[in-house]
Amino acid sequence: MSASEVQTFTPREFHRQAHDALGNPQIRANFRKAMDGLMAKRRDVFSDWDLETLRELGANIRLRALAKLPDLLERLEANCQANGIQVHWAENGDEACRIIRGICERHGAKAVIKGKSMVSEEMHLNAHLEAAGIEALESDLGEYLVQLNEQTPSHIIMPAIHLNTDEISDIMHTRTGTERTRDVDTMTAAARAQLRERFMAADVGVSGVNFAVAETGTLCLVENEGNGRMTTAVPPVHIAVTGIEKVVEHLSDVPPLYALLTRSATGQHVTTYLNMISSPRKPGEHDGPNEVHLVLVDSGRSSIYQDDELLDTLRCIRCGACMNHCPVYTRVGGHTYGTTYPGPIGSILMPHMMGLEATKDLPTASSLCGACGEVCPVKIPIPDLLVRLRRESVGEGRGNVPGAGVKRSKKEVAVWKGFQWLATHPRGWRSSTAIAGKLQALMPSKLGPWTEYRTAPKPAKVSLHALVKRHQAGKFDEDGEERS
Amino acid sequence: MTPVKLYPAKPEKIYFYGTCLVDLFYPEAGLDGIRLLEREGIEVVYPQAQTCCGQPAYTSGHHDEARAVAAAQLDLFPGSWPIVVPSGSCGGMMRTHYPQLFAGTEHEERANEVAGRIYELTEFLLHVCQLRLEDRGQPEKVAMHTSCSARREMGLAETGPALLARMGQVELVEQARAAECCGFGGTFAVRHPEVSAAMVEDKTQAIEATGAKRFVTSDCGCLMNIAGRFEHQGKAVEGEHIASYLWRRTS
Repeated sequence: MSASEVQTFTPREFHRQAHDALGNPQIRANFRKAMDGLMAKRRDVFSDWDLETLRELGANIRLRALAKLPDLLERLEANCQANGIQVHWAENGDEACRIIRGICERHGAKAVIKGKSMVSEEMHLNAHLEAAGIEALESDLGEYLVQLNEQTPSHIIMPAIHLNTDEISDIMHTRTGTERTRDVDTMTAAARAQLRERFMAADVGVSGVNFAVAETGTLCLVENEGNGRMTTAVPPVHIAVTGIEKVVEHLSDVPPLYALLTRSATGQHVTTYLNMISSPRKPGEHDGPNEVHLVLVDSGRSSIYQDDELLDTLRCIRCGACMNHCPVYTRVGGHTYGTTYPGPIGSILMPHMMGLEATKDLPTASSLCGACGEVCPVKIPIPDLLVRLRRESVGEGRGNVPGAGVKRSKKEVAVWKGFQWLATHPRGWRSSTAIAGKLQALMPSKLGPWTEYRTAPKPAKVSLHALVKRHQAGKFDEDGEERS
Repeated sequence: MTPVKLYPAKPEKIYFYGTCLVDLFYPEAGLDGIRLLEREGIEVVYPQAQTCCGQPAYTSGHHDEARAVAAAQLDLFPGSWPIVVPSGSCGGMMRTHYPQLFAGTEHEERANEVAGRIYELTEFLLHVCQLRLEDRGQPEKVAMHTSCSARREMGLAETGPALLARMGQVELVEQARAAECCGFGGTFAVRHPEVSAAMVEDKTQAIEATGAKRFVTSDCGCLMNIAGRFEHQGKAVEGEHIASYLWRRTS
């Protein structure tokens, strides 16, 4: 896409957006190449690890944290406060935006520099701040490019993965006056120089949090570019914003999760930076912000928490491996989903945040191939959760997901009731398969969308039921040839 | 840790659950599976009251209907013999999802008991029958597509290739991205036809690039999808269920 085209995406238009993406060779090639690379890197970096044991450990750490969630959140708050970090609670994204804007306004802030935070994307923080006359600038390179191009991230770890070198060069040139080049180092250096000034001038730094440690009141931030450290260390005020599920109990829970996160996400043994923030600047220290705030956002998470199956959604450590390995995501790209979190994790998370009415095509946008569940570092049973949301969509679940029942249609219910009748009446089943075989010539050669791309399957003249009867009656000789 | 599965000794008798796709579209594949088992001296019982495992309704979210259909299948296997299924998809449904579907219902115990006796055909031939194969066919290159259910849900990525490796004249070639889904996914192919088509297109290209003129699979959903795509394009690559391929070349 050229830098001048601004596109908006919505989950309501999944089919149209998928159609457009599938017809865009640039998008197809960019994602295929990037996802192949990420899958290979992950495979290599785990090759000398007992991955199953590590995943089991990661899952158990997250399960334990979730089992104690209310208690851990209270301990996190108390220990953060004891460390001098101010803690705020937000029921939804709007409230979190208001809290952050309030802190900015108290400091007379005009310029906010941001480290990467998907929760801030979830609540559209940049737009909220801009409406209040506060400029919010993304400092993660991918986020920076996406912001320059007036887009949203297409991947939770690599926000600009949908863009290739030429497109990035084009954006840098059009939006920042950078000389056109295909040299990645030159472009990175240009962005670095542009951002450096903005770090120095920023009044407030906003970041996300990867793990919030309850027992010590420590905020862990995993990153590669150093922009996270700059964001959290240079401006006089640092505001960390995250979802309530990011809490872990012990400091010793961090290393296994970190090992899983970096390897699953980018195939790295370690990231360039792991920031552990435990207080504002102390007397006598030479750097660091004077104030540190932690904004804990609910946005539907506590409602997910109430359901013992859906709860597993909250184990997620946001590595993105499920999208990297998803054959659907790889084909259609992240924007097609029209949601903050795309791919398999988005399809099980976004229905809670936006309701099933808006997101009804997401739980079905999977062949249930299981690749996401196989690679998930904390063993979220993503395929099972997709099926659970399909149940909710057709009104056969527990009815506790917003928009439950939206896809219930009389026609589809009739189809499945008919299927049920046939499959529970063996005589009816046998005669209908026999009829299908006999009427083979009359079968339509067009079966809706199937035959646009494939030849229609032809019912066999004789069903297996009938073949076996003949076989057992000795109508076949030892070589399997039918006796005349 | 992946649990180590212990396989029983070869039984005298088994139940054969053919699956609805085999019944309707690929009955020869089912019969060839039965022939392979009978050749090993096993008596095959084919319950005539079998219909469908209920998976299409299950993955569509219609679990009440799926449960009613599945409950009818639970009645088919009164003896304690293994149940052999020529499909990783239906096998995975019965082994993994029947216990979930019937949890907390009157059929729970029976569903768990049946689930514990489910074997996918290539798994059973390899690990229980310790199948020996005398290949009488011409030398041939063949590609195999292992279904996602066989590979991931049932953990059987290796059983099909291991059987093919016992065929003296067969050279198994691996297509690029062999572990990636072919795009069938049951109702997925109907609900998201364009995405599904892009997936099967990539799969056929990968198979074609190996130079093999034939591919085998142990799931008829994938077979219908991939072979249907090849045929639609007029490509001379033939697909076959692995049971038919093994029987044809060794009988």
